Amino acid sequence: MNRDFPTLFERSRAGRRGVRPPRPPEADLAALLGADNLRGAPPRLPELDELAVVRHYTNLSRRQVGVDTNFYPLGSCTMKYNPRAGEAAAALFAELHPYQDPDTAQGALQIIYELQEYLAEITGMDAVTLQPAAGAHGELTGMLLIRAYHESRGEGEQRRVVLVPDSAHGSNPATASMAGYQVREVPSGPDGEVDLEALRAALGPEVAAIMLTNPNTLGLFERKILELIDAAHEQGVQLYYDGANLNAIMGWARPGDMGFDVVHLNLHKTFSTPHGGGGPGSGPVGAKAHLAPFLPVPTVRLEGDRYVLDYDRPQTIGRMRSFYGNFGVMVRAYVYIRMLGASGLKRASAMAVLNANYLRKKLAAVGYRIPYDRLCKHEFVAQPPEGLKALDVAKALLDYGYHPPTVYFPLIVKEALMIEPTETESKETLDEYVEAMAEIARRGLEDPEWIAHTPYTTPVRRLDEVAANRKPVLRWRPEEET
Amino acid sequence: MDFTPHTPEDVREMLAELGLEELRELFADLPEALLEPELSLPEPASEQEILAHLRELAAKNSPADRAFLGGGPRPHFVPSLVPALAQRGEFLTAYTPYQPEVSQGVLQAVFEYQTMIAELTGLDVSNASLYDGAAALAEGVLLALRQTRRMGVVVSQGVHPEYRQVLATYLHAVGAELRTVDLEGGLTPPAAFAGDVGAVVLQSPNFLGAIENPAPWVEAAHASGALVVYVADPLSLALLKPPGEWGADIAVGDGQSLGNPMNFGGPHFGYIAVREKLMRQLPGRLVSQTHDVDGRRGYVLALAAREQHIRRAKAKSNITTNAQLTALMGAMHLAALGPRGLAELAAATVARSHELAGRLTAIFGVELATPEPFFAEFAVRLPLPAKRVRSALAARGWHAATPVPAEYGENLALFAATERHSEADLAGLATALEEVLS
Repeated sequence: MNRDFPTLFERSRAGRRGVRPPRPPEADLAALLGADNLRGAPPRLPELDELAVVRHYTNLSRRQVGVDTNFYPLGSCTMKYNPRAGEAAAALFAELHPYQDPDTAQGALQIIYELQEYLAEITGMDAVTLQPAAGAHGELTGMLLIRAYHESRGEGEQRRVVLVPDSAHGSNPATASMAGYQVREVPSGPDGEVDLEALRAALGPEVAAIMLTNPNTLGLFERKILELIDAAHEQGVQLYYDGANLNAIMGWARPGDMGFDVVHLNLHKTFSTPHGGGGPGSGPVGAKAHLAPFLPVPTVRLEGDRYVLDYDRPQTIGRMRSFYGNFGVMVRAYVYIRMLGASGLKRASAMAVLNANYLRKKLAAVGYRIPYDRLCKHEFVAQPPEGLKALDVAKALLDYGYHPPTVYFPLIVKEALMIEPTETESKETLDEYVEAMAEIARRGLEDPEWIAHTPYTTPVRRLDEVAANRKPVLRWRPEEET
Repeated sequence: MDFTPHTPEDVREMLAELGLEELRELFADLPEALLEPELSLPEPASEQEILAHLRELAAKNSPADRAFLGGGPRPHFVPSLVPALAQRGEFLTAYTPYQPEVSQGVLQAVFEYQTMIAELTGLDVSNASLYDGAAALAEGVLLALRQTRRMGVVVSQGVHPEYRQVLATYLHAVGAELRTVDLEGGLTPPAAFAGDVGAVVLQSPNFLGAIENPAPWVEAAHASGALVVYVADPLSLALLKPPGEWGADIAVGDGQSLGNPMNFGGPHFGYIAVREKLMRQLPGRLVSQTHDVDGRRGYVLALAAREQHIRRAKAKSNITTNAQLTALMGAMHLAALGPRGLAELAAATVARSHELAGRLTAIFGVELATPEPFFAEFAVRLPLPAKRVRSALAARGWHAATPVPAEYGENLALFAATERHSEADLAGLATALEEVLS
């Protein structure tokens, strides 16, 4: 029998108990809280015994794929192995309160301070804040630094435009809008890189910044990066580096040396902290010295032999997040960097690039089209053979036990499959993946009906997203209310 | 140790496939001048060595598992099943569920989380989570401004000062105007709102711990066409009338009290819930129930047309990664507690904090500075600067007396107690404070 997987609410039985807090002391809640302030009816939470809760989530987890279970080459997301050492380390720091006397949290502050230093070194920047909670939050922080810088020079009113390549991550233009800027798109050239002439033409006194990721979302290193940055700097334009793709170049080159003024990193991508089904992440921001005065408060500073929280930054953009950021994520990244060291980071990037190029060659050999077929960095964009859709290839991959690549992105490539294998996958895994991709292509072209209805073996099959968008059901309700 | 599986033979074969001989050639498209900078980082080490180093660093901290510090995060007990389930690799190492057929675990868990947040707040719709309480407030206010097409924001001083600072950063960026209404006697006074005000914000229990009467603000806001953003600790909603019942349009807050350790301030998770009419203005991920081609129930990400990867510069927010795993930890905790367990947990917190207030205010020179009723936190006026008291208490092994910013008054400190504190803890802190002040 093929039953729906029950929700917690459907498993609930009135009067059943799970975890019990210690017996509360006698208290007259109406007297302590005010009778008018009390809620009339308790929230309708599920009533379950402890085993039912454990079994529910354990079985839910079996309806979920992660890096721990399957190859997960999701482009631009760097789904590499997340060492369990990070989890063990983070647990050592779980019971710290952000407002405890800083003298009683010197170990934690030391980690923040040293991680700021490590990330500055890896990116070639002068100062780093760890406050942003994710990549997009880091982007906003970085753009606000640039805005504050222009304002401090009396050019805030004049510089209202941010240039973003048409291949950029969607969060870049969204961030520029949130930072109060107008977005102007710059086209890519036929080689997949930013069109330098188009960019020069777009530069002007009204431009505040250019947001770039390098390697770009096609996985291609922008070879004219030095000329591009010089051209922008000549016009007083600041260069923003989206660090989502830093996994390609750690230890091989630094955004700071390229001339970027500000950079954000994703600790949950490049520095191997787990993605958690969509966070929590961490999005540190590095800045060159001229932008450092604007960093959010607080940062951590070493004063003699004590680590102190520094709120004394008169030009700061303010605060981006409560407390000090996602400290638990920082601990995991700290462990990762300390385990790898400079040599390990460099090798990780080399293997990430090797895996991507190997896969690119092998997939081309079995019929996938590579629109920009040259040396790539940590990822590349492929297209299915003529006659197949990216979506169908993705769904077919599910039956072969693979998480699909990112599909239909970047927007400048039709039917894009954006593939990032990462460095922690073995040659055998890549070879088997290529075999599966080859078989999908062959079978899909022979039997369009078959591929159009994949997947067949997953817990649920293709879902009706149109219905979900037209008439969203965003919460469970008891039957009598629906 | 770099976690790469490549043997020298693998590397040779793979390079040969590319017609290359050396790894360095993989970077031939980078400008020569940039290549291979010397990075000055500590030498690599084994897991055993690094964890030993981390234990040394941890030993330089004094754990705050029985802290009496107010200001948001509190030491609540996290049942063992929460980390055990959250650490399952399928949840831990997945990303945003773009492929619903193999992501029903996360998607259904988020759907259940959304339901629980809607229930707690008394509102219709919750999203999948935001970074933290402060970012949730900022997003809630931006949502209200989009909906009302106005650019004025009024915030009560009772809202956590760090949240207000974050809000100010976000609002400055879009050119909105932020006005603050000062507390009077620890409570938000009634106010009238001008026609350009799109969002009014209050917090209950407020930063000083006092339970506010939101009714006058809700009425005045709605009379002038503004939306009400209500900041609440979700644990308080086990007992207190929820934002939806007070008439608030948007509820936001930080979820640390549900299933998450304090983590030195993060990660926790931010929540946001709204009335149905605001659903399409919500930032971030939303999970909807639907069905598959065989008619089986399933879940998908919905209304993605609000989001940055589709709408780009016109998105409702730039957020992509949120705080999914920590939000699921909150849901797991709620599922394990059930309505009675949650109410008992909240009641124990209320009882302990009131007992603590009684003990502390019995000390000569210590006065309650929060008007009653209060929930889990309260402020007292001390005869000495709070920083000195916090440090003197820390020297005696007690974490307590969060210094309150001077804008609220001189020598104020925030205290809190929870179900995790015993009678002996309360007595011990009271004795220590008496010593420090004598």
